[in-house]
Amino acid sequence: MTYLAKPRLHHPTLAKNRVGYTRRDYEGKISTLCAGCGHDSISAAIIQACWELDIEPHRVAKLSGIGCSSKTPDYFLGNSHGFNTVHGRMPSVLTGANLANRELIYLGVSGDGDSASIGLGQFAHVLRRGVNMTYIVENNGVYGLTKGQFSATADKGSKSKRGLANNDTPIDLASLALVMGATYIGRSFSGDKAQLVPLIRGAMAHPGAAVIDVVSPCIAFNNHSGSTKSYDYVREHNEAVNRLDFFPQREEITTEYGEGEVIDVRQHDGSILRLRKLHAEYDPGDRVRAMAYVQEHAARGEVVTGLLYVDNEACDLHQQINTVDQALNALSAAELCPGSAVLEKINASLR
Amino acid sequence: MRPTDISVPDYFHKVVDCQWACPAHTPVPEYIRLIAAGRYSEAYMVNWVSNVFPGILGRTCDRPCEPACRRGRVEDETPDGHGERKAPVAICRLKRVAADYKEDIRHLLPLPAAQKNGRRIACVGAGPASLTVARDLAPLGYEVVIYDGDALAGGMMRTQIPKFRLPEEVIDEETGYVLDLGVELRGGQYVSSLKNLLGEGYDAIFVGSGAPRGHDLDIPGRKEAAKSIHLGIDWLASVAFGHTTSIGKRVIVLGGGNTAMDCCRSSRRLGGEDVKVIVRSGFEQMKASPWEKEDAMHEGIPILNNLVPKAFTHIGGRLTGATFEKVRVEFDENGRRSLVPTGEPDAHFDCDEVLVAVGQDNSFPWIERDMGIEFDKWGLPKVDETTMQSTVPNVFFGGDAAFGPKNIIWAVAHGHQAAVSIDRMLNGEDLNERPAPQTALVSQKMGIHQWMYDNAISGDRRLRVPLRDLNAALKNIKIEVELGFDPQLAFKEAQRCLNCDVQTVFAPKLCIECDACMDICPMDSISFTVNGDEDDLRQRLSAPALDKSQDLYVSDSLKTGRVMVKDEDVCLHCGLCAERCPTGAWDMQKFLFETTYAGPGCRNAGAAPPLPEPPSPPSSEQKPKARRKPRPAPAPDQQTA
Repeated sequence: MTYLAKPRLHHPTLAKNRVGYTRRDYEGKISTLCAGCGHDSISAAIIQACWELDIEPHRVAKLSGIGCSSKTPDYFLGNSHGFNTVHGRMPSVLTGANLANRELIYLGVSGDGDSASIGLGQFAHVLRRGVNMTYIVENNGVYGLTKGQFSATADKGSKSKRGLANNDTPIDLASLALVMGATYIGRSFSGDKAQLVPLIRGAMAHPGAAVIDVVSPCIAFNNHSGSTKSYDYVREHNEAVNRLDFFPQREEITTEYGEGEVIDVRQHDGSILRLRKLHAEYDPGDRVRAMAYVQEHAARGEVVTGLLYVDNEACDLHQQINTVDQALNALSAAELCPGSAVLEKINASLR
Repeated sequence: MRPTDISVPDYFHKVVDCQWACPAHTPVPEYIRLIAAGRYSEAYMVNWVSNVFPGILGRTCDRPCEPACRRGRVEDETPDGHGERKAPVAICRLKRVAADYKEDIRHLLPLPAAQKNGRRIACVGAGPASLTVARDLAPLGYEVVIYDGDALAGGMMRTQIPKFRLPEEVIDEETGYVLDLGVELRGGQYVSSLKNLLGEGYDAIFVGSGAPRGHDLDIPGRKEAAKSIHLGIDWLASVAFGHTTSIGKRVIVLGGGNTAMDCCRSSRRLGGEDVKVIVRSGFEQMKASPWEKEDAMHEGIPILNNLVPKAFTHIGGRLTGATFEKVRVEFDENGRRSLVPTGEPDAHFDCDEVLVAVGQDNSFPWIERDMGIEFDKWGLPKVDETTMQSTVPNVFFGGDAAFGPKNIIWAVAHGHQAAVSIDRMLNGEDLNERPAPQTALVSQKMGIHQWMYDNAISGDRRLRVPLRDLNAALKNIKIEVELGFDPQLAFKEAQRCLNCDVQTVFAPKLCIECDACMDICPMDSISFTVNGDEDDLRQRLSAPALDKSQDLYVSDSLKTGRVMVKDEDVCLHCGLCAERCPTGAWDMQKFLFETTYAGPGCRNAGAAPPLPEPPSPPSSEQKPKARRKPRPAPAPDQQTA
């Protein structure tokens, strides 16, 4: 089986963004995932978001663990930095990279196995530390690479392709992120780019730990009638609490809005998250009520999507530990080792 | 929009831009694949069935297919926006490759009819239109007699196209294939009365006598210097027959069409050293094909524009040159062109001889005006554009004789249609009812990511046909200047073809709306969206569908209530949508479209006998398994395989 490279030819109207790239310039290698995999749609959404944000590809570091989802960074942003880490250990490598060079934009890509099973501890800690990153979980509820066993996010009672029911309680990564202190939490569906692309844009501009749990159907093992992560099930049970539009700082807001209440969330960098409420009572600024809301709906079998929580006062790890503004990897020997006189002074102050 | 009905033959036919643009609807991608596979004889036969003169057309066709070629819409611009990036596949010259490298194909041609059917058809003129009628009708048992004032068959292909573009052997070979079908050529018998011809008891008469009269220029000095001023097409004929073998050193060719280009290039080969073309219009508005202008300029012939001939100058009847008024081209709001004098002093160019190639006309002095054939005010016969029938039911016209000067491929198309009309008429059927084309849609899938066609998209630029060294080429008017592609170049050029006949066929019932096809499509041709009217839809697709001459393929409503909309405009037919489709909702299916030719298949009464299996499509990887459905028989009565 050969995978034909996507031809370089493109539509005559294909536009360039402010930094001179077309959307095609943000692509990577051809995907070798199964045809119809939701992960490929998420890759396409990341490509679209990065193009719209005018991000220079060399300013992005994409990190992943192991699994179908963790293969995907090969399929987008072919000119960015990449690190395919050990299974479930992407958060620590990302944390380290972020500490060494705070000037890159960090994009962690993981799956339900990588984040909710082997890497659950790492997932929790990277969020409570507030590492500035966008953490995308491509969540399909099965172990696709090992032929479709239930993963830790599979819903209780949902059925495997062979009809076996799952007895274990699912881990809801969005709820866990709410508990662990992430400051930007979204949930979306790979089949709804209109929702997903603005969520990714908002997350990449968010100055703190941003998590997006994306339900991404596994065509090969989890797209049947007993599944709760199939295209049909998610479309039928999708409860979007809001619609997000993201406006970078420099953009004038010209979009007209129809019915429904609109709230603007201004982030540190001046960018604006404009939310059109679809559920009138839902407040994405209230972490505690968000937890209850998500859980209540989950109990009814509904998948709550949209921007679930955002803290517009978010701060990140570097602020918390008060590092210098400059990237640590750019500090010179003189700054890192200021000499014995300074050491003496410090020692003296601690006596 | 309403869902697209892909069972209408024209829908997918239109997607094959080259075939749609070709008057004879030759299945271009089909023969290009065969050329890439080195199956030249089969490629030749695909052409021969459709256009009768592959070797001739492969050198001389006006190539309406090439401006239509999708490749010219999808290639990148060069970084500076100029250059030759957006170029069609060299379809015409690939056709020549099939003719040059084929084996002896005579055993593949139809046999002369074993039994005549008792019907007699006369064709006037032995050019491409008449020969096509003869080829279509003779194997069916019709007795076809072709009359021509010249001894040999070929018409303008032999008399007006210079031999350095079209060698005599090629004409002999391809007119020979037609005459060998039992067609009688009465060469040297100029028909001087249609009435008399009808009186000889023919069941139908086809007039393919061309547009044999060159326009003259009635300006001062024309009569006095007549000995050095020649009408282009007459002069070319005289060169073709070897009556004219030299020309003066300084030659002016008047006119901007392809005949003018042939005149100037012939002059260069017969002793003309200072040859120039002088044209009334601007360079862009010239009627000559761009490549013919290019070829002339390559041979050191300047083209001077915006000069209107005013007078020939002479001394006592000896031509000394011509004077021209300088003009500029202006267009009014209706786009009508006018030539406005600039007021500058007239220009004079010295010369020894002038060739006048400013257009040609039909001429029917041999058709009696009282026998019922009506003519319009331009002197053209009134001819039905579909049936080619004149106002006398059993007299048909085709080629340049029908609607004025066109080209060879149009003459062939007319010939096919006239043959269908004659066949239906003589079988007592209404000839206004036309036979449907033969179509077939066959899946190309062999396995996962394996197709019966080469779906990788070549990034090569259009290749140039190698030319003979200019000095050698100019020495002899019979030496062919183009060398043609060799098999390696032909393969490379053939691989640029996008296989537009391999259609993207969508089955809405299978679609799960996973977006995979939309995400992978390199040209952003696929969208899933709520339906709307066409103008609205065109604006809100993945990429705007700006070319309204290219259709939108709209599906039935899908599960989410949306529809799939595909803009056919710039689709590469790379099949990635089908490769990435998890449910087989997309499939790549080869659409074969063949015009129905004269014979039982074109008649209501006659069912077509099945044909042997056509040549299997080339595959670089492995032979296709026997998964193909047999396609319906194409052209009945023509043993193509």
